[in-house]
Amino acid sequence: MRHDVFISGYGGQGVLLAGNLLSYAAIHEGNNVSFFPAYGVEKRGGSAMCTVVFAEGDTGSPVVGHPSVTVVLNQLSFDKYAAKVKQGGVCIVNSSLVDSAEVEIPGVEMVRVPMNQLALDLGDVRMVNMVACGAYAAKTGSLSLDSLGEALKKALPERNHRLIPANVRAIAAGAAAVIG
Amino acid sequence: MAAIEAGVRCYFGYPITPQSDIPEYLSRELPKTGGTFIQVESEIAAINMVLGASAAGVRAMTSSSGPGISLKQEGISYMAGSELPGVIVDIMRQGPGLGGIDASQADYYQATRGGGHGGYRIIVLAPNSVQEMYDLTMLAFDLSDIYRIPAMVLADSVIGQMKESVTANPRPTTVLPEKNWAVRGRGEGEQQNVVKSLKLGDGEMEAFHWAMHARYQELGEKESRWEEYRTEDADLIVTAFGSTARIARTAVEMAREAGHKVGLLRPITLFPFPKQVYEALSQRCKRFLDIELSTGQMVDDVRLSIARDAEVDFYGRPPGAGSLPTPEELYEQIKKRY
Repeated sequence: MRHDVFISGYGGQGVLLAGNLLSYAAIHEGNNVSFFPAYGVEKRGGSAMCTVVFAEGDTGSPVVGHPSVTVVLNQLSFDKYAAKVKQGGVCIVNSSLVDSAEVEIPGVEMVRVPMNQLALDLGDVRMVNMVACGAYAAKTGSLSLDSLGEALKKALPERNHRLIPANVRAIAAGAAAVIG
Repeated sequence: MAAIEAGVRCYFGYPITPQSDIPEYLSRELPKTGGTFIQVESEIAAINMVLGASAAGVRAMTSSSGPGISLKQEGISYMAGSELPGVIVDIMRQGPGLGGIDASQADYYQATRGGGHGGYRIIVLAPNSVQEMYDLTMLAFDLSDIYRIPAMVLADSVIGQMKESVTANPRPTTVLPEKNWAVRGRGEGEQQNVVKSLKLGDGEMEAFHWAMHARYQELGEKESRWEEYRTEDADLIVTAFGSTARIARTAVEMAREAGHKVGLLRPITLFPFPKQVYEALSQRCKRFLDIELSTGQMVDDVRLSIARDAEVDFYGRPPGAGSLPTPEELYEQIKKRY
């Protein structure tokens, strides 16, 4: 089976790290993976997006027009990409920053998670990307939370490995929010 | 990684997006293997150092993008004139001029027509994945040594920026010719070796050109590589190279699921262009659709290769931010023509 997820936000939210994390977790589970990033030249504040495709077989196109799952971390991404989710797909929204309470897209399941708030509750808003990854894994069941935890060792440079326990808690918080 | 496994001893380069991951990696890893990494003052210096190292008989490489590759053309021409091997990785970016950093395939002509002055060709390999980036870089070193022609690995910023899982393959056990032409003084052997591209002797240049012409022909016969996907019964064959072929393949899968007999032909060597497979397939299938991230360059080679009663249509997405085609978009183009 082929899984694809598109993650979008602004620079500084950790969109690319989230994509890397999902990629390493997918490799950990024995998949072939294709991670394709696209981002502005700004260090912070520009747009940042990535597509992750993973499959036991061929990953196919690294570019996906209508993703099965889209994770949007900010309003701009929501306005631009929510409507592109494939029919029958899922749109996971950071409801802390996206005002989508009223918006419904026919044929798309909206999953709203107050990601910034959950990250803040755990002590650091920068873990918003980890909350997003936890929500994705739990909602889709395509990757286990244990694999995400393992993947942190690969996705984070060694000097940041001391932060793994905090990130694992953020992943768990994101997962709990969608299973709830 | 592939370059190190292929035994590269020297890398010379200058940073430019979207190829900077290559020098970043090699600056860290190449010295560990005893190799030499130099970030030089310009692209011109880099290619001339590759020329020098190669003339001395060691495996050397450089990498760049767009404007940097243009700067290197003089050195590549000198390498071709001196029959020197060497690998150049070109992660294409938009142009002309400074252009931009998004994906483009508009340097197909520059790569496959030689690029510099003097009527030469270089070997051009077009990977469609990180795995092939690895495999074809190793192949580039081998082919370049065997034929004494510079080899280019031609990719775009999709391949340049993406990360994928890679399976390490043992190097192909190619028997490489001895570099008995490498620069040598009188004291070291019986014969002095001089490597140069200046050929002033009576008839020397003409003989060189015909010899190279024969070598290019041999390359075409022996080293043309391509990948076919479901072409056996296809009524329409989509053709594309590099990352575009990846996207096109998913579009072809969508067409097959919808019951359309569509196939994909992906040239892996752009020079030599695998014209034999186009010639053979077009005996039966009369319709081709060429897709490129440009206004159409490879399509000319396709036209020259297919049977006279076959037709080729073109769909292009010239470079620009956000202008990557999606599989869904290419599927629409396929449906229109099916």
